[in-house]
Amino acid sequence: MASETAAVDLGEYKWGFHDEENPVIKIERGLNEDVIRQISAHKGEPQWMLDFRLDAYEVFLSKPMPNWGADLSGIDFDNIFYYLKPTEHNSRSWDDVPETIKNTFERLGIPEAERKFLAGVGAQYESEVIYHSLKKELEDLGILFLDTGQALLEHEDLFREHFASIIPSADNKFSALNSAVWSGGSFIYVPPGVRVEQPLQAYFRINAENMGQFERTLIIVDEGAYVHYVEGCTAPTYSSDSLHSAVVEILVKKGGRCRYTTIQNWSNNVYNLVTKRAVAEEDATMEWVDGNLGSKVTMKYPAVILKGERAHGEILSIAFAGEGQHQDAGGKVTHVAPNTTSVITSKSISKDGGRSSYRGLLRVNKTAEGSKSKVVCDALIIDPQSRTDTYPYINIMADQVDIGHEATVSKLGAEHIYYLMSRGLSEAEASALIVAGFVEPITKELPLEYAVELNRLIQLQMEGSVG
Amino acid sequence: MPDLVIRNLHANIADSDTEILKGIDLELSKGEIHAIMGPNGSGKSTLSHVLMGHPGYDVTAGEVLFEGQNLLDLGADERSRAGLFLSFQYPFAVPGVTVANFIRMAVNAHRKGGPDGTDDPIRIPAYRKQLMEAMELLEIDKSMASRSLNDGFSGGEKKRFEILQMAMLKPKIAILDETDSGLDIDALRIVSEGINRLIGPDMGALIITHYQRILDYVTPDHVHILMDGRIVRSGGAELAHELEASGYANISQGVSSDGV
Ligand SMILES: Nc1ncnc2c1ncn2[C@@H]1O[C@H](COP(=O)(O)OP(=O)(O)O)[C@@H](O)[C@H]1O
Ligand SMILES: [Mg+2]
Repeated sequence: MASETAAVDLGEYKWGFHDEENPVIKIERGLNEDVIRQISAHKGEPQWMLDFRLDAYEVFLSKPMPNWGADLSGIDFDNIFYYLKPTEHNSRSWDDVPETIKNTFERLGIPEAERKFLAGVGAQYESEVIYHSLKKELEDLGILFLDTGQALLEHEDLFREHFASIIPSADNKFSALNSAVWSGGSFIYVPPGVRVEQPLQAYFRINAENMGQFERTLIIVDEGAYVHYVEGCTAPTYSSDSLHSAVVEILVKKGGRCRYTTIQNWSNNVYNLVTKRAVAEEDATMEWVDGNLGSKVTMKYPAVILKGERAHGEILSIAFAGEGQHQDAGGKVTHVAPNTTSVITSKSISKDGGRSSYRGLLRVNKTAEGSKSKVVCDALIIDPQSRTDTYPYINIMADQVDIGHEATVSKLGAEHIYYLMSRGLSEAEASALIVAGFVEPITKELPLEYAVELNRLIQLQMEGSVG
Repeated sequence: MPDLVIRNLHANIADSDTEILKGIDLELSKGEIHAIMGPNGSGKSTLSHVLMGHPGYDVTAGEVLFEGQNLLDLGADERSRAGLFLSFQYPFAVPGVTVANFIRMAVNAHRKGGPDGTDDPIRIPAYRKQLMEAMELLEIDKSMASRSLNDGFSGGEKKRFEILQMAMLKPKIAILDETDSGLDIDALRIVSEGINRLIGPDMGALIITHYQRILDYVTPDHVHILMDGRIVRSGGAELAHELEASGYANISQGVSSDGV
């Protein structure tokens, strides 16, 4: 089946190509109970999961669209494909992945990165994970890294104990939608004391037009363990919209540490509405590094609940809003236990009429005495057509806490660019360098490969339309 | 023809009728040192920015030739790559970009599009060696190379780093806009000695100052007095001393007729 709509050329976006579709299963457009039953049946799920899905669907229908944040009125739920299975199997070797799909992931550089510096890789295409790997020695340590659907079938007890325990389906309209139709995503379990030194990476690719991708990720980092999970994503550029709505739940047990890095680079026709939340127990550390460069609209506020004493949460957020984009991003931290600490650092860039909003919630419960938090959000506006807003909600109920908040807005000045140009840099190089410097407090936290990737994406965003 | 020829240069603040440069004529070649002296607000920085390609000024009349090429047709980046350099009176900070990385990008920009049309980025070890030598010349602590350029630098540090960039980019003509202000007496000596070492048969300089101080170290071949957007007197090194003794008011007296 050939795709009917030609990709719209938006110039700088390099991942806007699409493959010819050749699905094993593609359920008709739109959402109803029958679609949900079909998804569950294809997956051979236990009854409780079907019941969970159907309940969540009721919640989804009953909840109104959010009336805050970005404009979501363009989403047409009836026009979305909710389930598309692209291949027969989830392969453990790239050689078993169909040629077209394999080529796409080659173009995205995934197998190469896997060879060079990753401990394991999951590759999702449309609704299903089509490739998965984990280094043998890590498997032998008892680490689980597999696609979430498979985890339900193979590790049902562990799965059921944690699934939807941090983000119930009723959390918000889009977590309810995800709960109803979820498919794919990563399930990770790291046993006590095990440190995974190289990152585990998942890559999410949408291919079909009007596709909905609803992966579900669940990470459990046991006591004293460590893992760094990285996710990337891209999609073809189409003239009509797609929807990505994921749910990510993370539990970091006593003394454990989890770092979760996202480089979101959807094409400019994707609504990206994601719920991410982690619970950090005693002395545990949770770090979200959240880079939002692509999509039409993103609403995403990674959250940390500091549940155990001395737990630490960190959110580093970069948003880049170009033409036609609205990045409504930020983070949420709830201090529950005493002596917990958190840092939120947000950097946003708005260009060519793009709009970025920082939306943050810092809540310190009465029980969280002796907690410390620092929130810094800096916005950079490249041109007068662009816009930035800050919505920092702070709610402190405990005594003896130490809270800092700083916000700056700066404009990229012609004189500043001129200074760099007077050293020989072109106008595009000059502005890209200023922007790279602006986000450096965040890129310096990334492993080199991702820092380079992020800077390259920013450079591409800056190119072409300067001045 | 001299390497830099400025003829009847008039410039306004962009999109306004406010004229700042009111007809400047000046010729300068590699190997020469010219000083421009003038009171505050006389247009010295404006002249340097108009030569470098600042977007905030409009040239309304006159021309500038650099090695025979019409300089005013070029962007600031092209002027830099052609061999012009400006040490800013008020340099900008570039947070998050280290001195070492920034200068390397600048050096590589200058090596782009060579005669064979290809990029020729400098190799890192060679670059480090050059940078360390230049830092030594200017007595800059090596650890400063990994700080963000001009970010939180003192006024004097910023000036030293301007000269460091000049040393690394090896321009044909350098304009030094009040490089001496903000430098204490030791720093002035170090920076001046550095400048003396860099200026030679392959480099000329236009030193803008309103004090005699720097000219005690860097001896000019020609001194020009700029007042109210015009060069009102030109002479040799002795003119700077005369100015020091008698002040701008006396220098300008009775010279308006023989000025331009
Ligand atoms: N961008 C500008 N906007 C407004 N006034 C300016 C601008 N640039 C220069 N001027 C004015 O032009 C005159 C010359 O300034 P400048 O060239 O900086 O003098 P100098 O460097 O000799 O002290 C001053 O009166 C200054 O206020
Ligand atoms: Mg000045």
